[in-house]
Amino acid sequence: MIDIFDGLIHAFWLVVTLDADLVEISLRSLQVTLTALVISSAIAMPLAAFLAVRRFRFRRFVIAVLNALMGLPPVVVGLIVYVFLSRSGPLGVLGLLFTPTAMVIAQTIIIIPLIASVAHQSLRDLWQEYHDLLISMNVSQTQKIKTLIWDARRALLTAALAGFGRGIGEVGAILIVGGNIDHATRVLTTAIALETGKGEFALALALGFVLIGLSIGVNLLIHSLSRTEREGRW
Amino acid sequence: MSFFPLVAEAAQSSRQGKVLIGPVDLILDGRGTTVVIGPNGSGKTSLLRLLHGAARLTGGQIRWACSREEAQHEMAFVFQRPVMLRRSVLDNIAYPLLVRGVRRSEAMQQARDWAARIGLGAMLERQATVLSGGEQQKLALARALITKPKLLFLDEPCAALDGRSVKEIETILGQAKTDGTALIMTTHDMGQARRLADDIVFLLKGKVHEQSPAKQFFETPRTEEAQAFLRGDILE
Repeated sequence: MIDIFDGLIHAFWLVVTLDADLVEISLRSLQVTLTALVISSAIAMPLAAFLAVRRFRFRRFVIAVLNALMGLPPVVVGLIVYVFLSRSGPLGVLGLLFTPTAMVIAQTIIIIPLIASVAHQSLRDLWQEYHDLLISMNVSQTQKIKTLIWDARRALLTAALAGFGRGIGEVGAILIVGGNIDHATRVLTTAIALETGKGEFALALALGFVLIGLSIGVNLLIHSLSRTEREGRW
Repeated sequence: MSFFPLVAEAAQSSRQGKVLIGPVDLILDGRGTTVVIGPNGSGKTSLLRLLHGAARLTGGQIRWACSREEAQHEMAFVFQRPVMLRRSVLDNIAYPLLVRGVRRSEAMQQARDWAARIGLGAMLERQATVLSGGEQQKLALARALITKPKLLFLDEPCAALDGRSVKEIETILGQAKTDGTALIMTTHDMGQARRLADDIVFLLKGKVHEQSPAKQFFETPRTEEAQAFLRGDILE
């Protein structure tokens, strides 16, 4: 109990004094996860829309695989990305291992199935509603996908939020491919794991509270966006 | 480019072995309003979907005076339950023009004009999904007519609407007809059929049972079934 209070007080001081290490780690966490989120959304959302509007032979199978991949173990993703990016791996020449880019790659792979799956459910429902109208207007496949994505943007924001939550809290994969190098690849989750390992529970808890604060902050931002939606501004 | 006549020859649509409509032989010459009537389950909606191309043609053929691709751009469809895009009134009306590549500023200007014509000029920025049933149907009509289609399909456009909305929609349809758009619509409302129809297509059990000018159909229906239908008898 004392640890938790210590952690809260420590977190408060770290934030109030804008501790340089904390700011650096937090910004890196946000940078890695938001970059992965943008890339994942750019891939997953059109994919989800395509799966909603297009009928093809193995469509159900692809959707089932996508849903199954939502539970992809991050450590395994980290391991696979590590193998690909290691010096002896096929992409070793790029020298990406133990860089934030490697962490972005791992997080992107982890987040895509989650965003695609959640987005697909929303887009499929919207497609059922729009189907006859868009068919009657002779709208092309690309236009259908664009229309669905735009009109389901609020639901897709929720999908992105789910992806953000999974990314920002992820530790296994980024620890393997990032290496938790100070001032290079250390992020909030890997720092928490490190401080816990060192027995620095107060600092670990402080970092944990900052992580929770970031998540709540992003959620509140999304919430404020939905309020503008209700007011019909976007 | 000429679009009419639209000719259906033994046209048929089936799904999973069950015939939904047809075989149907029908010629639409594009003059005035054709009203499709018949008992529930006679295939009115299926006929409209088949002629429009929304339902798959599984037998026979449908021809226009132009190619199928060109014809698709000359037709529009208004559904019984209007589908509203989750956008503003203005964006809904402009949508068909935007997907056809019309410049945004021009599309929006035309959409504003149409909104004013149908009495929604003060609601341009309102979300379309929160409009009343009558307002949504008027919006659906404007969205269909903004592309100046040669043929407009209407599937019970006034079902479940109050008298005032019905009157407003019939006025819009009258203007569309004057502007050169041919209409083909289904209705259960015989009063509306009498008011709007130039021609009547009477459907029974998925087939065209009688097709004749409206005046002739209502005054001297040829078949016993049509006479029974107009009397209000239940046809099985």
